[in-house]
Amino acid sequence: MSAESSDLVRIEHVTKTFHRGSEEIHVLSGLDLTVARGEFLALMGPSGSGKSTLLNLIGGLDRATSGSVIIENDRLDELDDRQLAAWRARHVGFVFQFYNLMPVLTAQKNVELPLLLTHLNRRERREHAEIALNAVGLSHRLNHFPRTLSGGEQQRVGIARAIVTDPTLLLCDEPTGDLDRKSGDEVLSLLQSLQENGKTIIMVTHDPHASARASRTVHLDKGQLSTTGPE
Amino acid sequence: MKFLSLIWSSMKRKKLRSVLTLLSIFVAFLLFGILCILKESLTGGVSATDAARLVVRHKVSFIQMLPQGYANRIKTIHGVSLVAHQTWFNGMTKTMDNASDVVVPSFPVDPEIFMKIYPELVLPASQMEAWMSTRTGAVVGKTAADKYKWRIGDHIQLTSPIWQTEAGANSWEFNIVGIYTGAKKNTDLSGFLFRYDYFEEMRGGLDKSMVGWFGVRVDDPQQADAISKRIDDEFANSPWEVKAEPEGAMVQGFIQQFGDIASIIRAVLSMVFFTILLISGNTMSQAVRERFAELGVLKAIGFPNGLVLMLVLGESCTVALLGGLTGLAMAWVFSLGGSPVPNFLPVWYMKPQDIYLGMGFALLLGLVTGAVPAIQAFRLRIAEALRRDA
Ligand SMILES: Nc1ncnc2c1ncn2[C@@H]1O[C@H](COP(=O)(O)OP(=O)(O)OP(=O)(O)O)[C@@H](O)[C@H]1O
Ligand SMILES: [Mg+2]
Repeated sequence: MSAESSDLVRIEHVTKTFHRGSEEIHVLSGLDLTVARGEFLALMGPSGSGKSTLLNLIGGLDRATSGSVIIENDRLDELDDRQLAAWRARHVGFVFQFYNLMPVLTAQKNVELPLLLTHLNRRERREHAEIALNAVGLSHRLNHFPRTLSGGEQQRVGIARAIVTDPTLLLCDEPTGDLDRKSGDEVLSLLQSLQENGKTIIMVTHDPHASARASRTVHLDKGQLSTTGPE
Repeated sequence: MKFLSLIWSSMKRKKLRSVLTLLSIFVAFLLFGILCILKESLTGGVSATDAARLVVRHKVSFIQMLPQGYANRIKTIHGVSLVAHQTWFNGMTKTMDNASDVVVPSFPVDPEIFMKIYPELVLPASQMEAWMSTRTGAVVGKTAADKYKWRIGDHIQLTSPIWQTEAGANSWEFNIVGIYTGAKKNTDLSGFLFRYDYFEEMRGGLDKSMVGWFGVRVDDPQQADAISKRIDDEFANSPWEVKAEPEGAMVQGFIQQFGDIASIIRAVLSMVFFTILLISGNTMSQAVRERFAELGVLKAIGFPNGLVLMLVLGESCTVALLGGLTGLAMAWVFSLGGSPVPNFLPVWYMKPQDIYLGMGFALLLGLVTGAVPAIQAFRLRIAEALRRDA
């Protein structure tokens, strides 16, 4: 039991098959993975190997074809769509490669979005968003719209949005994939400091430079995981 | 509602597109409102008519005249209680700016009987007395009085291209002795009524003692058709055969041509609505399709499918209601200005039922145009929405 309780993520014999017309695409085939609480895991692998697919299963954005995904004590396959949405709102924060901010909302309003689903009132939402933006070093950009921010700043807004509800788990799909080296490094340092503050982070990346910041790296290839690189 | 600002900011995404969509919806509902006013104007007279009234006219056409003496014969027919004649005078006056001549719907009548048959014209007793005692006296409807700034005591002239005085003049003198109002909202108040005895005495020409048509009050509206038949039979094979019919039917016949116009306008409006439906439906679908990734993010964040559906529906309904209600309001303001052609279309107002109907249409438009994109948004799979090729 003690080993179990330190594991935040447990993935058991997970398969994922896509159907494209009559063609079946077996992306994950009987995959196992555990991630300990407080870990910063880098997930690497060739393009099309299924990294995003795996991350989506962990975040409850998609459902496994078979096998089970257990986060803390929740078996995601047993939740219906509505429960899964509520679970995501409480437990996960997502960071995307292309930031995926709402262009019509200011940085602050973007960060407030997840809080709309909570019972916080307008003032509390604003305060929480300010704290999160402060944590990513953007307290001077509250009322800026995304298009007036640099890529690195937009991604930091994305991270603020992911952490504003204080989720257990942070899932990042190539968070530095669209950034130059300097901005990428800032984002990685930010993720590292979040790990130091107790967040569990799973990050998909192509960049060895990024994975070097993680506490552990796993490689996905041909539907299976290995701890060593393909080379 | 905290999600309202989210809906609102979505509309600011493509400002030009939102404005154009709003504008097209606005125009459609403005058109709808004006059509409702017009339709009421064209058919309101019919519902304002009295089922207990018949109109007896020349069998061939409205403009052919009948002997005034027919009144007495009609009165003897079983079921008839009152008979009053009237004649189209076609009096003309100058517009306020003196720029052109306009026709005032004017009729020589027998005041006492006429006012009995048309009780919806309300004239104070003292003014009625004045009319009875003034040979050149005339009473005018409130609308006409306002329009031409006629007041009691005014001495005015009307010219008639049809009727000349025995002296050969076509200018007629009148004294305004009364202004009548309507018992109902859609009572026609654009008329000008003057005394037949004055008219008869003054007019020259061959048509002396001929009148335009008769208004007939019957005892039992249920018997209207049977009595009409009796009247027709009474004058069959005479030099002046007549056609009697319930007033509604006559007015309806009279406005049949306008009715056709109304149905054409209605057809045009249906097409406009249909086009609006396609335009805003398409705009809405497009707006949602462009935003699949964003909606995917909202769902990833934890927005349930139902909430995403409501956000999209909320947006389409906001657009439709905003455009629709301002269009209706504009039409209403337009109706307050009064009829631009009061002689032609005296009844000019927007029925509350039509306003509610328009509001209903606007909401329906919002729901219908939002339905498909909302369901798409509801069903949207997050993983697919977030794939970069999506
Ligand atoms: N919804 C889907 N329908 C069909 N095929 C899909 C779907 N999602 C992913 N795939 C396929 O599954 C495979 C894995 O996709 P995935 O996006 O997980 O790869 P990835 O490792 O994240 O690649 P990249 O490094 O390019 O992001 C690919 O072949 C992809 O085409
Ligand atoms: Mg990917």
